[in-house]
Amino acid sequence: MKKSKAFWVYLALALVIYAVVQVMTANEMIDLYYQNMLITICINIMLAVSLHIVIGITGQFSIGHAGFMAVGAYVSAICTMKLGLPFIVGIIMAGVVAAIAGLLVGVPSLRLKGDYLAIATLGFAEIIRITFLNIDYVGGAAGMVVNHMTTWTYAFLGVLITILVISNFTNSRHGRSCLAIREDEIAADAMGINTTYYKVVAFVIGSLFAGVAGALYAHNFYIIQPTAFNFLKSFEILIYVVLGGLGSLSGSVIAAIFLTTVSQYLQAFPETRMIIYSVVLILVMLYRPTGLMGTKELKDVFRLKKRGGSEA
Amino acid sequence: MSNPLVKLENVGIQFGGLKAVQNVNMYINKGELVGLIGPNGAGKTTTFNMLTGVYTPTEGDITFEGKSIKGLKPYQVTKRGISRTFQNIRLFKDLTVLDNVKIANHHLAKHSILSSVLRLPSHFKGEGKMEKESIEFLKIFGLDVYKDELAKNLPYGMQRRLEIARALAAGPKLLLLDEPAAGMNPQETQDLMDLIALIRKEFDLTILLIEHDMSLVMGICERIYVLDHGQLIAEGTPEEIRNNPKVIEAYLGEEVKN
Repeated sequence: MKKSKAFWVYLALALVIYAVVQVMTANEMIDLYYQNMLITICINIMLAVSLHIVIGITGQFSIGHAGFMAVGAYVSAICTMKLGLPFIVGIIMAGVVAAIAGLLVGVPSLRLKGDYLAIATLGFAEIIRITFLNIDYVGGAAGMVVNHMTTWTYAFLGVLITILVISNFTNSRHGRSCLAIREDEIAADAMGINTTYYKVVAFVIGSLFAGVAGALYAHNFYIIQPTAFNFLKSFEILIYVVLGGLGSLSGSVIAAIFLTTVSQYLQAFPETRMIIYSVVLILVMLYRPTGLMGTKELKDVFRLKKRGGSEA
Repeated sequence: MSNPLVKLENVGIQFGGLKAVQNVNMYINKGELVGLIGPNGAGKTTTFNMLTGVYTPTEGDITFEGKSIKGLKPYQVTKRGISRTFQNIRLFKDLTVLDNVKIANHHLAKHSILSSVLRLPSHFKGEGKMEKESIEFLKIFGLDVYKDELAKNLPYGMQRRLEIARALAAGPKLLLLDEPAAGMNPQETQDLMDLIALIRKEFDLTILLIEHDMSLVMGICERIYVLDHGQLIAEGTPEEIRNNPKVIEAYLGEEVKN
């Protein structure tokens, strides 16, 4: 088992993208608007990939992901703004506390299946949001002022680490156990897999990175308010995963980039924005009912093309 | 009687008011190949489900290697050394044939989540070993040529074989086969019988088999238990079972008097 060629190609590609953006920013070829958009894309990729491990890999339908993002956002904001700790400590704390929140929510709710689990996670996310809404220490409904600290470097590293950890997890015996649970929970159990344990593990890893994404989000917009983490945000993340293709990591990344870009450009048309956005969603689901990528990854697509080419 | 590998003592289970299985006393010695037969709805699969931890018996006790396994969860039972196949094939359909077997091999590997995430040497060592062992299992079943196919794309007979390969990869001492020949033609059934005999010798297995195909049961089982309406009605060698009036009655109905 050696690292595949695809891994090094991806890593090289990622570093090139990072360097190009970094150089262009330094030379003021990318203005603040686009910098902000790139960071937003990175945050959304992290959210999509962290939900992908719960829904796409383990098959547990959680629709409360914004709750863990909220935990990360508020914890990091408290660290940097109230306690005066460095940003990086805030990010780590955000991940840790969100993971603990994931554990506390996951242990009772992952006993449920399908629709019931979805409702339970939605409920937990709302509880988290309303808790922040009622804590005066973090500003309540008015929100909390946060300094802008998220840079392209933080956002890029966040994405890189998220994807690396989750794809490494997936391509191991642990990830395969999660896939087995998605495919057939009874058979997975009969094959010696502790299904409850792996469901919780996937949920905790997903929550951890949602928390980190929340920390980056909080320090990108000058202010965080509980309404930013309502169920619409959870659905937005869910849409990235479903539209990208359940079970495909590259699919959720592509969907996050695509939809974030569409949504940013549509801000020029505030009246029709949500209508056009919805039409785009409907069109994609009509023509790609299993999502943009199905269950395939990018490297499968390239491999198929190559083989097809040589035969022709 | 020396210590049997597995022993069921007065085992019974009740679903609401329905007594699905009651007063079952069974034992299987190490190395035996035992058949469990009975008409539809007799409680054969329910007995399997109690043995594997899917159901917890409401009465009696089940011991495996001298220790009670009553109340253990299915994955814990598998770790103790009992694995099974399913009557209705339950493969991981959208995963490859190789991954199906690797998943069963999972609980025998040691490398931790952290080592996999950080790609430490123990991860590569553990995964390499899993890969090698899984391919060995596939070879025994003639499935190694299909290793990168999705399980759902295999022909039916091959899916049945893959189920057994997967159960074997979980490293059992006792293998439970739930109607392994269901839906197979006579040639496939014959091949399957040979295969069961082969893996039994190769892996020093004890096997309990549910089957409707009488030629298969009578052909390879050393001892047979017969269940009817949730109760054991007979036990013995294939010859004894064939001539047992109770068994004939259960299968064919009562003889018409006068």
